[in-house]
Amino acid sequence: MCRIGAIKSLDFVHPSMALQLMQSQQKGHDNSGFAMVMHDLGGIFENYKKLPTLSMAATDEGVRLAEDILHEAGFQRVLQWVPETNPQPGLDINAMPNYVFETFDYPKHLRNGEKKEQEDLLLDMRLKLREALEPNEEGFVYSFWPDVVTLKEIGDPRDIGTYFNLWQPDDKFTARVITAQCRQNTNYDIVRYAAHPFHLQGYTALANGENTFYLKNVEFQRKLHRGYIGFESDSQCFLYTLHYVHHELGWPLRYYKHVVTPLPFEEIEQREDREQLKAIRQSLAHLEINGPNTIIGVLPDHSMFTCCDAKKLRPVVIGRDEKTVVISSEVCGINEVLPERDWETDIYPNEREIVAIGNDLEVQRWKQ
Amino acid sequence: METMRVQDVTPNDLPWKIRYDASRCTLCGSCVSACSFRAIEAKVERRRMVFSESELPEPKARFSAVPVIRQVKSVKNYCRGCGICEKVCPNDAIRPERNPDTRHPIVTRCLGGDSIKRGGRKNLESTVRTLDKIRVGRISQMTDPSLDAQRHTFDLLAPFGRILPPQKLPLGVGPEGLLRTEGSTPPVRWIYPVVIGDMSIGALSWRMWEAVAMATAYLNEECGLPVRMCSGEGGVPVRLLKSRYLKYMILQIASGHFGWNRIAKAMPHMIEDPAGVLIKIGQGAKPGDGGLLMAQKVAEHIQAIRGVPKADLLSPPNHQGLYSIEESVQKMFLSFNAAFKFRVPVAIKVAASSTSVSVFNNLVRDPYNIVGGFFLDGIDGGTGAAHEVSLDHTGHPIVSKLRDCYLAAVAQGRQGQIPLWAAGGLGKTGDLAADAFKMIALGANGVFSGKLILQMAGCVGNDQGRCNACNTGLCPVGITTQEPPLVHRLDPERVAQNIVNYFLAMDTELKKLMAPIGNSSLPVGRSDALVATDRAVADKLQIQYVC
Repeated sequence: MCRIGAIKSLDFVHPSMALQLMQSQQKGHDNSGFAMVMHDLGGIFENYKKLPTLSMAATDEGVRLAEDILHEAGFQRVLQWVPETNPQPGLDINAMPNYVFETFDYPKHLRNGEKKEQEDLLLDMRLKLREALEPNEEGFVYSFWPDVVTLKEIGDPRDIGTYFNLWQPDDKFTARVITAQCRQNTNYDIVRYAAHPFHLQGYTALANGENTFYLKNVEFQRKLHRGYIGFESDSQCFLYTLHYVHHELGWPLRYYKHVVTPLPFEEIEQREDREQLKAIRQSLAHLEINGPNTIIGVLPDHSMFTCCDAKKLRPVVIGRDEKTVVISSEVCGINEVLPERDWETDIYPNEREIVAIGNDLEVQRWKQ
Repeated sequence: METMRVQDVTPNDLPWKIRYDASRCTLCGSCVSACSFRAIEAKVERRRMVFSESELPEPKARFSAVPVIRQVKSVKNYCRGCGICEKVCPNDAIRPERNPDTRHPIVTRCLGGDSIKRGGRKNLESTVRTLDKIRVGRISQMTDPSLDAQRHTFDLLAPFGRILPPQKLPLGVGPEGLLRTEGSTPPVRWIYPVVIGDMSIGALSWRMWEAVAMATAYLNEECGLPVRMCSGEGGVPVRLLKSRYLKYMILQIASGHFGWNRIAKAMPHMIEDPAGVLIKIGQGAKPGDGGLLMAQKVAEHIQAIRGVPKADLLSPPNHQGLYSIEESVQKMFLSFNAAFKFRVPVAIKVAASSTSVSVFNNLVRDPYNIVGGFFLDGIDGGTGAAHEVSLDHTGHPIVSKLRDCYLAAVAQGRQGQIPLWAAGGLGKTGDLAADAFKMIALGANGVFSGKLILQMAGCVGNDQGRCNACNTGLCPVGITTQEPPLVHRLDPERVAQNIVNYFLAMDTELKKLMAPIGNSSLPVGRSDALVATDRAVADKLQIQYVC
């Protein structure tokens, strides 16, 4: 079973906080991996917020292939950061030879181009890289997006932390938003791409739960957008639906909840907006989830949200102090990282709400 | 001795033999009067008894005339095996017995020079049904708990009407960050996923049709199940057209257009819109054939509703003036949509065929978004009257065809846009919930059923050749006849009660199937919930094979 966590702070925080958040919940997951996506970056990436950063784990050949493809497309590298690793004997980590975090400038013709054109190109490049590196497992391309980095690896989260020196806070590798999850194992295989959080065009999602409408979701999403690929995990569907509803259809976030856990028809009929809700339920019936789950999502503007399944079969809790909001599957994780907070203000979202956290850390609860 | 005539019809040529026990018979005559087919008659037999009254054999003979019940030796008035004689006999003295050595299919054709006609379903013995090789094999446990069928709420509803692709929804964001409608969408009704199939007033007796309508109204108004009933081709009583119960009726139009004169005339007086319009192109039981109502069933009230004389009523095999799928979209759909000012969904019913996917593809790609449902009817469907050769040998099984259509929609990302409704032998074993659920998991939005409704009412016919005499107008239980004495055998209130109870039972059973897979709304297309115990079935339907 997955445990998920997310931190949103006014200050830049180091991934060690995410490791601590997840460590106390270790009995709930299987310690098979660690994955995190960081948004709104600080440290060495702070001055490059507008430029895309490639997050990738690869062999030497994989790195060469990827760089060739990017250079051929006109991207120019402006920053490279290779995390210092600490390969002690006995660590439980299935490491790749290279972990690449490289920031690029856009090809010349797009440097002052339309945002949409840039966004499309970044997605196409990531898909192209993934396709090129996939056949011989030369590498895994997790994200290629401005102000976002992703790290995923197979092994014990503690040891992964040790390997990447993530237990020691520093001010080089920080972000205002960090989402993390500690399970690499899918129900079937151990696949690097299957670990959430997943990222697509500024959207990040991670989930604790099961998607019983996985097949329906997959069959529908495959035809909706070229970026909806992989499906190594049923949680990927949550990201794609978020991207589709918010980015492609342009609907406000609160309608995401109406899509994934629609109200029963009886309740819809009682509402003033029944016409819209019925239209949504009809046309997006194949994006319903209908299983136990908690979703945490991050939007391109770095705001964050969480919501649960409609039967409230999966827990989640939100704790906060003046500078930080933490979302966690289990409250023990929050107790670890925000021990001094007023726990009476903790929020246990109900089955019919979205809890959204703005960039000023204002917490809003939208009833479905 | 007279030369034996082998060509004479005798009971052992017929599909059923009457077993009669003279020693138990009280000669009350109930069986003879109850047999609507006149397949038994009272006769007098000459009996010879040899006896001896002395100590040594001194045989004497005594002759007597004994009244008995005998089977009629005729291919016209032959026993259908309906068993009404057995039902009415106070002493269990008579019953029909299946004759495995029947020569009926040959003898009837030889004597009549005409094709055999009957009602019912395909009667050819087949192997285990496809649906019975499929099980709901994905059980939620542990991390994804099952639901509680008694405690959780379930949304057992299916769409009837054209559903727009999400990117075409006329929704815009208003000033308060809420979606608002900025255009119109096709009408969609969310109804119970089991529609009462199209059986006309004409094919059914007025009592039967009324009982079904009554059950439908009761299910809606008292039980909260939004069940819809399809009128069949043949019109609707004017009283119903003008009543508020019209909203539970799906009006059917088929190639004969029977009854539509009255419907059109009643339009200004309608106080409710009908639930939908179903354009019948074909029927699974007799694809390529039109409707057939034999003259003997065209009673006075049928003549009135349909506006016809007492004659065989044949709906042509095709809709005149409709030569292409495009035309069917543009002409028929547009006109019927327009007739109710685009407030009523219009769907199409076709017989399953090797070409169904092409037809479906054309409809699903139609740019006008007005085809509101694809009702697909398979070979095991029932009919009131058809040529036996059509019933038994033409048509296409429903299960794989429904799946093909769903997967065709998936391949285009258009699943759900034209709701798929499937029929054709569903509920044949008496368990409609299981069949419906499996079809839904294979991609149907809902199912429809006709024959089973008759069986709920008391129809004694089955798929092993029992009764199947709906075409004769002599239905022994008053369901498919217009003969007043036969019709009066049927108690419409008990029929309605049976139908209501069956639906209530089925509703519970559907929930008992949804709960273990952990779903509270219908798992349309969730084929991962199914497993097949037959490799070929698993491969064809793209579900998991298990053994």
